[in-house]
Order: sequence, then structure tokens, then C-alpha cells
Amino acid sequence: MTFLKMAVAAVALVALGACTNADRFGPGGADAAGGGFGANGGIAGSASDPTSPAFFNQTIGDRVLFAVDQSTLSPEAQAVLDQQAVWLMQNSAYRALIEGHADEQGTTDYNLALGARRASSVQNYLISRGVAPNRLQTISYGKERPIQICSDEGCYSQNRRAVTVITAGAGV
Amino acid sequence: MKVLSTLVLGLVMAFAAPLIAQERTGPLRIEITQGVIEPVPIAVAPFLAENAAATDFARQITAVVAADLVGTGLFRDVPKDAYISQVTNFDGGVAYADWEAINVEALVTGAVTLTSDNRLVVKFRLFDIFTGAPLGEGLQFAGGTDSWRRVAHKVADQVYARITGETGYFDSRVVYVEETGPKNARAMRLAIMDYDGANIQYLTDASSIVLAPRFSPTGDRVLFTSYESGFPQIYELAVGTVTKRPLQVDVAAMTFAPRYAPNGQTVLYSRSEGGNTDLYRLDLASGQRTRLTDAPSIETAPSFSPDGSQIVFESDRSGNQQLYVMPAGGGEAKRISFGQGRYGTPVWSPRGDYIAFTKQNAGRFHIGVMRTDGSNERLLTASFLDEGPTWAPNGRVLMFTRESAGAEGEPALFSVDISGRNLKRLPMPTAASDPAWSPLLP
Repeated sequence: MTFLKMAVAAVALVALGACTNADRFGPGGADAAGGGFGANGGIAGSASDPTSPAFFNQTIGDRVLFAVDQSTLSPEAQAVLDQQAVWLMQNSAYRALIEGHADEQGTTDYNLALGARRASSVQNYLISRGVAPNRLQTISYGKERPIQICSDEGCYSQNRRAVTVITAGAGV
Repeated sequence: MKVLSTLVLGLVMAFAAPLIAQERTGPLRIEITQGVIEPVPIAVAPFLAENAAATDFARQITAVVAADLVGTGLFRDVPKDAYISQVTNFDGGVAYADWEAINVEALVTGAVTLTSDNRLVVKFRLFDIFTGAPLGEGLQFAGGTDSWRRVAHKVADQVYARITGETGYFDSRVVYVEETGPKNARAMRLAIMDYDGANIQYLTDASSIVLAPRFSPTGDRVLFTSYESGFPQIYELAVGTVTKRPLQVDVAAMTFAPRYAPNGQTVLYSRSEGGNTDLYRLDLASGQRTRLTDAPSIETAPSFSPDGSQIVFESDRSGNQQLYVMPAGGGEAKRISFGQGRYGTPVWSPRGDYIAFTKQNAGRFHIGVMRTDGSNERLLTASFLDEGPTWAPNGRVLMFTRESAGAEGEPALFSVDISGRNLKRLPMPTAASDPAWSPLLP
């Protein structure tokens, strides 16, 4: 647990530098949040076009999963995020909103904070791979927006996620 | 409070062996901290309509008074068809022997008048059948016809107070989150209702996620978290006019879990920036914000002590969620929870004697209470998911969210008294979560 706390502390320090853009809750954020929880709907394009958000969602993968009560990135998650970072750097006409989510095992307030940790963990990793901080925003939905609705680990493991939602616009 | 010779009716603090009911030697008195096993038989005699226009009100008010008292689990209402004598004159004598014969311990009588200017006047009296004497003076309440339920609650609050020695809690309201739609796309609306589920009124539309409302100490304002802007931010809403305003002016972070200080002028809230959540306080008049905690761990779910001097909150600084108490201005925090499992959502009792909390252990959730130093922990409930206790204004009953498991699972509001007895689900038309109890209404 000591190791985990140190990792979290390091993440927090990095993030303080990354989140000082005063306009990060601008209109783009509201659009993205209203667009529907990771659907990347209207702007997806064709998945066969590697510059399309549909390619990002379906071929690279728009989400990473977490262990219970954790926000550390697994090697599998890091591999997905490496590709996400490359795509974002190659497609500068887009920004990303990173949604952090928790499963239903936990209290509302704590899960909001945990979702914020997960989103920030992804944000910091993408920045560390070269994505400009002003193209990334984060939001936590806590346990309020599960994607799977059963009450066992098969669903919980899918709900403990951070989803990188591609939005139009070159950064704020 | 002078404790009169007590009628002992139950368990001592829910875990001791049951005691035999002792011989009653003085006026009727129930101690609520002793879990009552056997409800005390009382008679809420049909309130008399003193004019024809009051007939329906008299019947409805009688029913609400009885429902309030029976709903506490402390009383049972002896059926009317068991009565030997009827109450036909509010100012007439009481046939004590007739009530004693059917084992009634207390008799409530009342009379209702509808005045020419359309106001209800409700009088009541309470009689202790065993001692053969009134328990307190007769009292009279008046109100508009649209507040007949409040008048009934006030009568019941008086009866409850005279028998238990505790302040009542029936004339109070609850703000909560109504939930409709499927589990993965829940629509949420802030709503307010009487403590018993009546008179539901909606405070927001269902277009945004809303979370965790809290009443101001005067009950006229509500703090809550809304995603209306696209991001979670804290808002304050005036109940009377149903107008809201964001309290968040700092757009670099998300804010949530706001709560009032006892003075109603200071707000505690949680702020997440860069994935780290800490506690802040906001002075509503000046807008000045102060950071209270500064740690890489999660600090959230704060609650003021009723004197405003201390704050209890949850933190995972030890590795998982535990409860801590710190001075109201911030500073060194002392851990108070040391049992198995994780502890969250601490709420200080309005009487200052207990802290209620959510506990998560071995795959179950519990609502529990402990002394403010963490001693005497007692778990009152157990289920798949119990969460978020809120205190009745008298600090003797808790309401909370219980969520059922599975794809069809949904939240409902439950209440339980602090001895762990009288667990019940509130009758409500939809799923509901995140209750917060108001103070007793003026």
C-alpha cells in the first residue's frame, strides 16, 4: 500500500501542473459530457479511416480498466494509452475528455473522488507520452453511469474504467 | 432531563439481554435509547369535528397522528372496535377504567374546527390511563387547510415528546434524489417531501445528474451537486422560490459533497484537482475559500459537529476509507474508526452524542453509529448496499439509501432508530436515494 500511495502522490503532483488551464470547463466540455458517456457519437466517421474517432474507439480502444479501488495503470492499459497518445498527436483536430468511473461497491462521494483519480491517471499518462495538456480534460462520474448493470465482478470489472472521449476542436 | 420512574420495555442498547417489563409506578415514559420490543398500546380516539365542514379533516388528522406515533415502533394504536367507551365530548371527563380494561396506556383525544375564514383549529389532550391524569396541558394548533398534515404532525410531535422526553420529528421534511429509468442511464431529479413520504415536490428537472442534497440549518435552502454545466459543481437552492445558483466560481476543478455549517453561512465541500480530492470551506457572504486538507489521499464527506467546532470526514490516507475528526479551521486530524472494513459518509448527530456512518466490510454494507471519539460502535443494518445516513432532527432516528442488487436493482429510502429497531422502507412512488432530513419546522 505504501507503494500505491507514493504512486498516487506522484500522479497528483504531475496533475497540478497539467490542470491549470482556466478555460478547461469551456463549452466544449459541456458538449462532450452531453454527448453521451463514451459513445463518441456524431463525429465518429468510418472505422476503416485511421484518422477517424471511430478508428480510435474500435481499433485502438477508447477505455482502460482498473482493479478494485485502484487507479494505477496495468501494462495492458498502458499499451492502449500508448496508442491513444500516438493517435491524438497525429490527429490534432481533436481533443479528448477523459471520464473516470467506479463500480457500485462504494459510497457516492468516495466513488466520485476515485473516478477523478482514474481519469487523472490516464490524463497524466497521455501527457507523459507527449499529448499537449490543453487538449485533455477530465471528469468523474463516480458510480452514477455504469456501462454494465449486473451486480457481480463480470460487470464491475467493466465499470471500473476510464474512457477517452474524442471531441472536435484543437484544444483550449 | 429528570428521568422519572421508568417503564422499561426492552433491550438495553440493542445488544443486551431482554429485560422483564418492570412494574410501572409513575407516569408513562419511554426511553428511546432502549430498544422497545413491545410497542405501548395507546388509543388515538377519532378527533371530533366541531362543525360539519371539519368532518373530513378530523378523520384525516386522526389518521396522520396515529400513523406518526405507530410509525416510531414505540406505540401501537388499539383498534377502535375494541373501545368500551367513545369520546364524544372533547371537554368531557375520561372514563379511565374503560380504557384500562382494554390495556390502553395513553389516550389521545382531539377536536377540529374549520373557521369561517377557512382555517383549521386543532385541539388535543393526552391522558395517562395508569395514573388517571392528563399528561400535560391541552394544546391547540391552527393553520390553513392546505397545511392540515403539518398540524397533525405537530400534535403527534407533542404526544411523542410528552411520553418520551425527546423532541419530536414528525413536522419535518426530507430532500432526496428521485431516480427513474434504467440503471445505466438513470434520470435524477431533486425532490422534497414530508418526512413520511407525503407532499412530494420537484426542485430540478431530470436533465442532469444531481447528487447528495443537504438542508441548511433553517431548512429554507438546499446544497447539492449537479452536472448541469457538464461537470460536477456545487449549487445552492432556495426552497421557497425553487431558484438555484452555482457556488462554484473556480473552474479548474470539480466540486461536490457540499454541507452547511451550523451557522448556515459556511459551506464545506470537496474539490478534485489533478485527481486529488481535498476539503475546502466557503464563506457564503464573502465568497472566500479556504483549503482545509492538503494530502495526496482522498478527503471527502465532511460533517460539522453541532457546535461548529469540529469536522468529521472520511479519508483513505491510511490505505482505505476511515473516519477522522479535525478542528473546524483545519489542522491535525485524529482517526476515530478502527474496526474491520471501510468507513465513509460520517454524519454528526444534531444532539452531538453520536456519529452515524456507512461501513463496508466482507461484501456487505452497514449503517452504524459510534460515539464521537469512535467508541461504542454499533451496526444498525446490513444489506447488499446501505449508504448515506441522515439524522432525524431529534437525533434518535436515521434515514438512508438501500440499493438492491442486480440489473433491476434500484435505490429506496429506509429508516431505522438508533437502537437498530423499526427498520422500514418509506412508501414512495419511485426509486429514491440520498435523503437529507430537515430540522424540525418552525
